[in-house]
Amino acid sequence: MTFLFYIFAALALIGGIGVVVNKNPVSSAFAMILSFLGLAALFIQLDAYLVGILQILVYAGAIMVLFLFIIMLLDIEDEEGRRFGFFSTAGAIVVAGGLLLVLSGVLKRFEDGDKVLKPLKAMADAPSDVRQVGELLFTTYWFPVQIIGILLLVSTIGVVVLSKRELR
Amino acid sequence: MDWTFLALSVVKIIGLVFLVILPMVAYSVWAERRVSAAIQDRVGPNRVGIAGLLQPMADGLKFILKEDFTPDHVRKTYYWMAPALTMIPALLTCAVLPFGSRLFGEKMVIADLDVGPLFVFAIASLSVYGIVLAGWASNSKYPFFGGVRSTSQMISYEIALGLSIVPLLMIFGTLNLGEIVQYQAENGWALLPLWGESLSLKGFLLFIPIFISFIIFMTSIFAETNRLPFDLPECETELVAGYHTEYSSMKFALFFLGEYAAMIIGSGLAVTLFFGGWSLPFGWLAPESIEADVPWWQGLIHIGVFFGKVIAIILFFIWIRWSLPRFRYDQLMRLGWIFFFEIAVINVILTAVILIWVK
Repeated sequence: MTFLFYIFAALALIGGIGVVVNKNPVSSAFAMILSFLGLAALFIQLDAYLVGILQILVYAGAIMVLFLFIIMLLDIEDEEGRRFGFFSTAGAIVVAGGLLLVLSGVLKRFEDGDKVLKPLKAMADAPSDVRQVGELLFTTYWFPVQIIGILLLVSTIGVVVLSKRELR
Repeated sequence: MDWTFLALSVVKIIGLVFLVILPMVAYSVWAERRVSAAIQDRVGPNRVGIAGLLQPMADGLKFILKEDFTPDHVRKTYYWMAPALTMIPALLTCAVLPFGSRLFGEKMVIADLDVGPLFVFAIASLSVYGIVLAGWASNSKYPFFGGVRSTSQMISYEIALGLSIVPLLMIFGTLNLGEIVQYQAENGWALLPLWGESLSLKGFLLFIPIFISFIIFMTSIFAETNRLPFDLPECETELVAGYHTEYSSMKFALFFLGEYAAMIIGSGLAVTLFFGGWSLPFGWLAPESIEADVPWWQGLIHIGVFFGKVIAIILFFIWIRWSLPRFRYDQLMRLGWIFFFEIAVINVILTAVILIWVK
């Protein structure tokens, strides 16, 4: 099934490049969705169904819809007319190249990288990955989960308070 | 590579999508027109074939032969992409629906995933792009309003939809739709707990949260598929035809069919989660376990039962559409955010309390 890996990896990369290269913000947003779909397919190929599905459900299905919603409400004509300046392009290439160098350096020294792990399913009578993640979250990591929950609640209340202030 | 698996999957995909779902889409349009006519004391299309049964073919021919007009002011690429983007997710979601028990030892589901309902919600949430894009690419004000309305409506009701089935998943203890149906075949359907383990105090108490989630689930499906009490995105009285105003011919037909396909898949999910999927009531002809094989005639009966239930729910959809008036937009948003969202959260807590404390 390696050819599927190459197809979806290419999809994710093409999407990623498309986000940067497109001048039309809506096209960029769509390239990003394409990239997320490619990533999700890669996760699913690794038998990590939950992560893959959440990638689509949360990023492609919810966050990008909001992005698109905002972009479409703005006037995109000015954005489309903009040219890439020399300095911004050069700066972007330098930053991206530097990141690539650092990453490849780190990954090269990561010695377990070429070990082939057993797929999740092949492990002795493993339950589904949803159950595994759920059990870990609510036993070993229950405290961080609670803290994240409270943080999210606080930020939700904060958003409501801030957005309602002007109406008073 | 496993060639038999691939071949079987292709057979299942062609059998389910092209030989069952697509004809069902065509005939649910026909049923919509006939039933609405019956409700309004009219006759409806009855000229083509016996009782108008060939009407879908005539409509299809008409859609193909009409001029496919692309207005000058649209954004071409996205204008062309949008109809496909509404149709594809609707058809993709049927991959995880178990439409029968087993036929000749083969499970009657295209992809037997352990994340069934999540998969359906994830792919269904992508169908909003088709509508948004259609509204935006048409570059004209009424389609745009339709697209904006649809986005906010679908985002709002997705939350209620997702939360509404959490109580069920807590009771079944699995996310695999096949196992959910098997559990219901042995222990009573979620909405008909009259045999097996459901015949207990716990089972009867659990009926309360299940019923609440059923109401939230069905309402949210109506909102997600833009069906009538909530069809604000294409509300004729305000928005001409909403997001597909600028579309003609087969492109318009794709939006139309995508909507019906989404409705059929939604019905399929409702049947699977609440009405025991392919199982007959009172555990008749139910296989002993998820691994047990069934004779071929039982397999066929199970497939028939599943689609019979789906058709019943589709008729319910149509019945509602021609009985209720349209909501106002602010009422729709308030219902989603202030009422259903809270009820769904409380429902989850209620289920947890019952599951823990009632033995």
